[in-house]
Amino acid sequence: MSASPSPAVLTGKSGLLTAASDLFWRRPGLLLVLMLAPPLLWLGVIYIGSLIALLLQSFFSIDEFSGLIVYEFTLSTYKQLLLAANFDIILRTVVMASLVTITSAILAFPIAYYAARYAQGKWKALFYLGVMLPLWSSYLVKIYAWKLILAKEGILTWAFEKLHLSWLLDGVLSLPVIGGNSLSVSYIGTFIVFVYIWLPYMILPTQAALERVPGNLIEAAGDLGATPSQTFRTVILPLALPGIIAGSIFTFSLTLGDYIIPQIVGSSRLFIGQAVYTQQGTAGNVPLAAAFSVVPILIMALYLWAAKKKGAFDAL
Amino acid sequence: MHSRSNAAPLALKLAAIGGLAFLHLPILLIFAYAFTTEEKSYQWPPPGFTTQWFGIAWNRPDVWEALSLSVKVGSIATVIALVLGTLCAAAVSRTKFFGREAISLLVILPIALPGIITGIALRSAFSLLDIPFSMWTIILGHATFCVVVVYNNAVARFRRTSGSLIEASYDLGADGFQTFRYVILPNIATALLAGGMLAFALSFDEVIVTTFTGGQQSTLPIWMLEELIRPRQRPVTNVVAMVVVLVTFLPILAAYYLTRDGDQIAGSGK
Repeated sequence: MSASPSPAVLTGKSGLLTAASDLFWRRPGLLLVLMLAPPLLWLGVIYIGSLIALLLQSFFSIDEFSGLIVYEFTLSTYKQLLLAANFDIILRTVVMASLVTITSAILAFPIAYYAARYAQGKWKALFYLGVMLPLWSSYLVKIYAWKLILAKEGILTWAFEKLHLSWLLDGVLSLPVIGGNSLSVSYIGTFIVFVYIWLPYMILPTQAALERVPGNLIEAAGDLGATPSQTFRTVILPLALPGIIAGSIFTFSLTLGDYIIPQIVGSSRLFIGQAVYTQQGTAGNVPLAAAFSVVPILIMALYLWAAKKKGAFDAL
Repeated sequence: MHSRSNAAPLALKLAAIGGLAFLHLPILLIFAYAFTTEEKSYQWPPPGFTTQWFGIAWNRPDVWEALSLSVKVGSIATVIALVLGTLCAAAVSRTKFFGREAISLLVILPIALPGIITGIALRSAFSLLDIPFSMWTIILGHATFCVVVVYNNAVARFRRTSGSLIEASYDLGADGFQTFRYVILPNIATALLAGGMLAFALSFDEVIVTTFTGGQQSTLPIWMLEELIRPRQRPVTNVVAMVVVLVTFLPILAAYYLTRDGDQIAGSGK
């Protein structure tokens, strides 16, 4: 300790790091730019660049004789989407995505409602993990599990037999369009697997929205003479709706783009994802594949725009 | 609800528990199938039980190759996602600037759009630029959609970390790097660890983008997909499926326990 009192203001430290630190303090904008540059370069250049490259290809066409891509601007590839065979694929996928979304919403609601309203302490953690574990477990393993379940010699046929309900299963399978040789090669099978895989994505946002419904609001509705079903329709459901819409973004988008599930469990009729896959792979028609993949982008853009108007993003 | 009792209606309880059972029973079924003696079909109930398939799966080199590629890809993609995601989260949560909303959208886009679009977009970009498919093209794809998991975790934690802590650190004479090392990092470390684990789990499981960005090499999910389409030895697939379920549960549980207590972190009460 020297005789002089320690200075009130510290003398500047030297060194490159300190200089850099001082510079960032004086010019916070510079630090911001440095922080944002790597992620923006990665996502903005690699990812958005790839997307644009893809979109551009959809405006090219393929020469029918040589099979080579003609690099000239044309809308003829988009016109091909309207051909009956291709339009059927789009329609089929959208119908499936809608059905899967509605069913997931109905199945998810009681789970989300119970977890948000009644589960406490240990049970709450159990419900949370009970949704998170299936959500994060391997996608292919889950599909594989359903291949085991839905197989003709599998557990579901066995269960129907034990319950003496084989006639019911056979009856359902003999229905036109949705039926098939066994559940694992029918639309019903595809539908069940879609619902199973995307259900957790619906539960979590619905639960988040329900958590935010104040309990006294429900009590107030009861005090004012509403029956439980009136309370549900006029208080709980409108407040949960943004969460359900947020969940539906996932279920709808994921079903639109999936090509693995219908390939493994389902009939041979294609969905958009499979059409993209076969067009760019075996058929070698990249422009048509690109045009096909624009369809879900457009549908999702519309969907997101509508969801934003409903305030769904606050519930994510 | 006329009564103020806190008990759930029975129908609701049954629907909730039934829903959870629907989510878990199919996964449990895999465990039974891993021990079946049946080789050629998915017969239920299994005609007998055996543990021989574990040994056979253990000695399959293709399983090990796929596993090691998956681990490599997952680790590198996670590191890249950690760096990019944290930088992005720090920038977005600390400062208000023009285009902030657009950046959140940009980060979420790779998982908001169907995986097949990300996959085909990257594939056509690689072919336009004449980049040969390799482990690195797989990593490139994985890192792109892993950023969002790290970003979400980090943003949530940054929001809970009080800005006054950082100001106090500066007031006490720490420079920017010391503040980062001693104040910010300890505060966000568990969120980053959780985000990193989830990113790894996401990469470890990814199949759709990988089918487009991978060449000859197969990651574990690609191996699994090939077995699903053209089964060679079904019992080995059963065993691998069961092991994958067990292994993916661990990081999820760990990530849950790491972020669970986040509310009790010092300085969280703004």
